[in-house]
Amino acid sequence: MLKTYNYPKFEYRRPPEIASGKTLRVPVVVVGAGPVGLAAALDLQQQDLPVLLLDEDDTVSIGSRGVCYAKRALEILDRYGVGDAVCSKGVSWNVGRTFFREEEVYNFNLVPEPDHHRPGMVNLQQYYLEEYLAASAAARPEIELRWKNKVVSVAQGDRTVTLKVETEDGFYTIETDWLIAADGARSPIRRMLGLEVEGKIFMDRFLIADVVMKAEFPSERWFWFDPPFHPGQSVLLHRQTDSVYRIDFQLGWDADPEQAKKPENVLPRIKAMLGDEREFELEWVSVYTFQCRRMGRFNHGNVLFVGDAAHQVSPFGARGANSGLQDADNLGWKLKLVMAGLAPAALLDSYSEERICAADENLLNSTRSTDFITPKSKVSRTFRNAVLGLAKDHAFGRALVNSGRLSVPAFLTTSSLNTPDCAGDTFAGRMVPGAPMDDAPVVENGEAGWLHNKVGHRFAALYFAQDAAVLPAPTLAALSNLSWQGIEVRPLVISAGPGLLAGDVPVLEDARGVAARRYDAQPGTVYLLRPDQHVAARWRSFDADKVRAAVAKATCNV
Amino acid sequence: MTLNLNPNFSEAGKRYFNAYTPADDFYELLINTHRDLSDEQSELLNARLILLLANHIGDIGTLREALNIAREGV
Repeated sequence: MLKTYNYPKFEYRRPPEIASGKTLRVPVVVVGAGPVGLAAALDLQQQDLPVLLLDEDDTVSIGSRGVCYAKRALEILDRYGVGDAVCSKGVSWNVGRTFFREEEVYNFNLVPEPDHHRPGMVNLQQYYLEEYLAASAAARPEIELRWKNKVVSVAQGDRTVTLKVETEDGFYTIETDWLIAADGARSPIRRMLGLEVEGKIFMDRFLIADVVMKAEFPSERWFWFDPPFHPGQSVLLHRQTDSVYRIDFQLGWDADPEQAKKPENVLPRIKAMLGDEREFELEWVSVYTFQCRRMGRFNHGNVLFVGDAAHQVSPFGARGANSGLQDADNLGWKLKLVMAGLAPAALLDSYSEERICAADENLLNSTRSTDFITPKSKVSRTFRNAVLGLAKDHAFGRALVNSGRLSVPAFLTTSSLNTPDCAGDTFAGRMVPGAPMDDAPVVENGEAGWLHNKVGHRFAALYFAQDAAVLPAPTLAALSNLSWQGIEVRPLVISAGPGLLAGDVPVLEDARGVAARRYDAQPGTVYLLRPDQHVAARWRSFDADKVRAAVAKATCNV
Repeated sequence: MTLNLNPNFSEAGKRYFNAYTPADDFYELLINTHRDLSDEQSELLNARLILLLANHIGDIGTLREALNIAREGV
């Protein structure tokens, strides 16, 4: 076990159905309490749905797994009540150094762009994230967590899914309308339903070592190509919290994982890398190979796949957990609308389409990184080394060095839920329909806050104004009446000047014009945001009918 | 014309949301072009590619600059 972390033990309770012999009937079951399953449960809870979450274990992730959480994931975690905990416990880093053989070829400084609530990247061991999410879930009565409850069979009917669950006290049966499978890369649910996942295993092995540094060592990301202490391979060093550093050694396919893991083989590697004078303690060692693959679709009737159960990528770029959290974010509101009868089941097809689009982008980028880091042919290695040689002196060479492209949210520009810009409406910048919304500092009722926290997890209409105090009454009345056929649309006025309320519409003051600049807004510009904070539509002038039509489009009600 | 040593890749009609994408697009294309070739074939491909690109650039001063930088690092 680890020296720097005490694993929580979550309490198993004997399910009442074992004594009663009755089938448990629930609307939604999530299987798997990893980061993505917990996120899915929290997302559904925020959509006012009761959730039953099953996990076969009674603690958090064992050993060293996910490390980096990107800005978009942190913004989503804010909604699940753990953003502050993750950011204050985690470590931020900005400097990355790239080494080729003996020398540093270049370094970069990811100076965080100002005027965002969350930093670009925070490093934190996965077990902390799971611990915080589990605590947040446990504090919500609408979420029932059942630890040490293992699903042993699944039968999919037309309207319901029937699960047989094993506990230490015996078996019981659950009948649910919807099943969310968040049960990881080897997904037993996927296997039991006979569903395929296509892709390839990369022919390489990596040794993970977590070490506790005894002395000060910088909070930087160091990446070595072909270093003298590990010739012909690559090595990555990342700082995590509690002075624990994660080191990934590429081993090559022929390495014997059992041999490589032995301390007498691991310790000399690390000593050679850090130098003899640096004291450290070994905390965790494991060997892994990885796969790049995804399911053909992520929704199968009333069974929905999220996270690694649906797609797996190579670890370069931290695109695993980050994309899984975005799956949960994309799914929650859609499932809610379908369950409430406010949208057709086709809306769940858009979950699959949009997250496949994101998964393919993640697969593409992580595969490109893998191909650069571990060249598959002589000529590929020659080009790789030529790039690294040129990178030292030339900016174009640095742009070609690919040691991992860090997770960024997908721009869902091809989504069928988007309403294209009207002819004649022109916008500069990145906030195109399908874009994940940019954050900005705003003031509400005299209190400084952040735009992404204000829009919440419902549809929101942002109306940009010069002065909220002088908006015409009909405009305000129309803004207050955007909710459409039971689907709530929350209006917000973004005002250059101060103000509290415009009619009964909340006003967010954008004193320095950051929001207006990022959204290329003029007075009268309107943005419709989805509950997962992607842009659904935008207009240069406000027309309530157009907003309602865009809500209909974004919910497949057309 | 002087040799451009700053990042310079782009594709007409394509909108980029991440700065790393155009260079990665090119690099993937380059490596894929070599797929399934023997080392000798790859060498020949590289020679043909250099000749095509050199002719496209045309300006011998620029080419001399590139040739010198390429040689220095070998």
